[in-house]
Amino acid sequence: MNLALRDIRHRLGRFVLTCVGLALLLGVVLSMIGIYRGLVDDALLLVRAPAADLWVVEAGTLGPFAESSRIPKDARETVARLEGVAEAGVLTFQTAEADHDGRKARLYVVGYEPGRLGGPAAVAEGRPIARAHYEIVVDRRAGIPLGARLRLGSETFTVVGRTAGQVDSGGNPLAYLTLKDAQELQFELDGAAARNQALRGDAGSVNQVNAVVARLAPGASPDRLAEGIRRWKHLGALTQDGQEALLLTSVVQKARRQIGLFTATLLAVSAVVIALIVYTMTMDKMREIATLKLIGAPDRAIVGLIVQQALALGGIGFTLGAALIALAADHFPRRVIILPADTLALGAVVAVVCVAASLMGVRYALRVDPAQALGG
Amino acid sequence: MEALVELRGLAKHYGDGATRVDALRGLDLDIHAGRVVGLLGPSGSGKSTLLNLIGAIVEPSAGWMRLDGEVVYDGGWRRTDLRRLRLEKIGFIFQFHNLIPFLSVSENIEVVLDLAGRGRADARARARELLDYLEVGEHAGRRPSQLSGGQAQRVAIARALANRPRIILADEPTAALDSQRAGIVMDLLRKVAAEQRAAVIVVTHDEKIFDRFDEMHVLRDGSLDGGAAGEAMP
Ligand SMILES: Nc1ncnc2c1ncn2[C@@H]1O[C@H](COP(=O)(O)OP(=O)(O)OP(=O)(O)O)[C@@H](O)[C@H]1O
Ligand SMILES: [Mg+2]
Repeated sequence: MNLALRDIRHRLGRFVLTCVGLALLLGVVLSMIGIYRGLVDDALLLVRAPAADLWVVEAGTLGPFAESSRIPKDARETVARLEGVAEAGVLTFQTAEADHDGRKARLYVVGYEPGRLGGPAAVAEGRPIARAHYEIVVDRRAGIPLGARLRLGSETFTVVGRTAGQVDSGGNPLAYLTLKDAQELQFELDGAAARNQALRGDAGSVNQVNAVVARLAPGASPDRLAEGIRRWKHLGALTQDGQEALLLTSVVQKARRQIGLFTATLLAVSAVVIALIVYTMTMDKMREIATLKLIGAPDRAIVGLIVQQALALGGIGFTLGAALIALAADHFPRRVIILPADTLALGAVVAVVCVAASLMGVRYALRVDPAQALGG
Repeated sequence: MEALVELRGLAKHYGDGATRVDALRGLDLDIHAGRVVGLLGPSGSGKSTLLNLIGAIVEPSAGWMRLDGEVVYDGGWRRTDLRRLRLEKIGFIFQFHNLIPFLSVSENIEVVLDLAGRGRADARARARELLDYLEVGEHAGRRPSQLSGGQAQRVAIARALANRPRIILADEPTAALDSQRAGIVMDLLRKVAAEQRAAVIVVTHDEKIFDRFDEMHVLRDGSLDGGAAGEAMP
């Protein structure tokens, strides 16, 4: 006879309410993990978009994301001629505020040369940029429709294509411009100081880019090439792996620690809550447990009663919580990625916590004197 | 006649030193099969303690105890599995019926049969039979909280009888019942004692039921009061 199940049925309302509470708590834990995964994914998205093997940047910098980097545009030719480089492109990166029908949208603008490495990997709607000026591809997240006209700096651009799910590590939607447009925008946004410098004849500053990206021929070693480029003194280089690692440490590290700490705290809270609930459930049954012992129930039956209820509580709470987050994930303002592995790991943690938490109740229950049932 | 309960010099004290309480001081007592025995005495005289010792719930401090021919205590428990002893040989009836609230009336009885390893259908049939015998069969599907005091007490008796124990221990089983119900419960215990050749020990203050006992013993300050009501009644 399953005592745990019968006791649950007897106090179904209370049990269900407890499960729902726990589900919300575990849902929050799971969404924290999902937010972290989304953050990492978003951050890497930007570095992975050009599908490059090598990043050539300003010497002595860890650009273009972790530190600012400026190199002359013609570095591309130098890099393209290197042995082992199959293809090279130039890129600029900057954040800019776009104005669409009076609504402001913060965009992360990528400038590239159409036909060369660095453009959007896939355009979900419309087409890639085809003309030299005043066309823009923006991500859907910006909420700007195809064909719309939007102002960036002093120019007006037409949305010719839209990408799906492309954002920077801050969650800003990506936008693609031709290199020329992007350079002009950068120059304009840099302010008076840079403009004056340019007017004094430092013409090179106009034709600058933030990075050169290169795709290598099969068999070429990115590490070896990066090493070679660094020896030139005026340029620096990072492999794709290096760039991703750098981004994760510099950009995501703090968020990771913050979210990790928060998740750990929430898990601890969940553990305490589960332990308290199980303990209270056990305390409420003290007299019944004493009676069961008195009529000859083995410890196994009592332990079963408590542990099964704890596991049922954890199992139902967890399943509800996971289902809730799976349904709600798309409605979060930032990307929430629920990986099956994370869900399973949390499930395992919850199971362990439930068993551990029930041990407290079990310890108490096993010490209960069957004579307590007698009274009088 | 065989003695189902044999106690020799059985003693129990709680605590030690300044806080020591001698609840029972070296008791000798034989209780035979088929007898319904009353245990009387003022509050704190050790009645419940004695019941708990016989029920193998509380460990005696000294002495010797034999239950149904088996020495279970002689200065220490002789048997490690006291739980099985309770399950198979002893039936408990409490003052407050102590039914398990989350089980139905029938399940309250099935659970002890289940613990003793009886099959499901077998347990259900036996529960049915007992409840009918105690005239509460029509309430089998109810919760204990939906029963009157007298009905609940009869269900508790049904549970105590489920595994056909040889020794039935009852602590104030009629305290919550009116005199008519109390009489019915006592008649029932007498019937069980006679039919199952069981020893029934009832702790009570309830004068209404004194005439239902085969013998009565009075405890006073942890000792049996040899003279007064100690001998067999009609
Ligand atoms: N667990 C315990 N710890 C310490 N002392 C106890 C314990 N149980 C009983 N006693 C003491 O042992 C003595 C006998 O108690 P017992 O409960 O057997 O009395 P009783 O005859 O059943 O009384 P009542 O009629 O009030 O139920 C009392 O002095 C009581 O205080
Ligand atoms: Mg008592």
